[in-house]
Amino acid sequence: MIGLYLEDIAVGLVVDLGQHHFTREAIIAFAQKYDPQPFHLDDEAGRSGPLGSLSASGWHTASAWMKCFVATNQAAEAKIRAEGREPALLGPSPGFTNLRWLKPVLPGDTISYRSTVTSKRELKSRPEWGLVFSQNEGVNQKGELVFSFEGKVLTPKRPG
Amino acid sequence: MTDKLHYEDFPEGLVIPFGTYHLTKEEVWDYAREWDPQSFHLDEEVAERSVLGGVAASGWQASAILIRLAVDGYANRSAAMASSGMEEAKWLKPVFAGETLTGRATVLSRRVSSKRPEMGILKMKFELLNLEGELKVEITGVQFMGVRNP
Repeated sequence: MIGLYLEDIAVGLVVDLGQHHFTREAIIAFAQKYDPQPFHLDDEAGRSGPLGSLSASGWHTASAWMKCFVATNQAAEAKIRAEGREPALLGPSPGFTNLRWLKPVLPGDTISYRSTVTSKRELKSRPEWGLVFSQNEGVNQKGELVFSFEGKVLTPKRPG
Repeated sequence: MTDKLHYEDFPEGLVIPFGTYHLTKEEVWDYAREWDPQSFHLDEEVAERSVLGGVAASGWQASAILIRLAVDGYANRSAAMASSGMEEAKWLKPVFAGETLTGRATVLSRRVSSKRPEMGILKMKFELLNLEGELKVEITGVQFMGVRNP
């Protein structure tokens, strides 16, 4: 995470991941591809649907978290390279737990994402890697928590 | 709307098979460019050398494909309501570009909301597999479903 090797990541580290703006067009385009339920596609169906408005697919909200997470990491990696050091690059993730869509994400919303490191451990099966666990959140422009999940990601150990 | 599937049509243990989804390399790259631009998704050489061992979909894209199969498989023929979350997703194996995927949903348990008798709460397991039967993604979570006769 943010170019740090497993040994250098402190539990409690909070990383601001930046923001993502959700337009009506982008909400509909994502839903058409991956989650074409009427309340993600159409204003009228949204109004009469369970959430009372056209709203983003929860997987769109999650994808935007990933976009912000990757951009934040890549910016941090570039900064470390600019200082003449080699950053730790993130590995893949084995999944997540307790993902919650607490409030609908509506057209025009801007969600601010953040990630907090909650624990880390070495991996017996892959001696060059560890796993970093994080609590992740998305807050809308009114300050309401709309999205959260517990993530985990393979993180390289310092070489040598 | 009485022909739609409702809570009553989803008994515990029911398995709902899904259709198929062919994942092209272009789609993997389209998603990765927009949402998950890590080199092990976007660069073929890096992908080959990575833990994944080839060009593979972002775990979030693989999850979204499983949801697409579920929407086409039952949700859009039903009184499905939005979901409040997913307990767990396991990205068990890479989903490689060029694979054809299928899946299924299993009703693990169910109850009617005590606060909202018109709403059923289905605990579901969603599985994404390739045509060889290799399990790639497993997601467990809640699906809210309208009750036909509250």
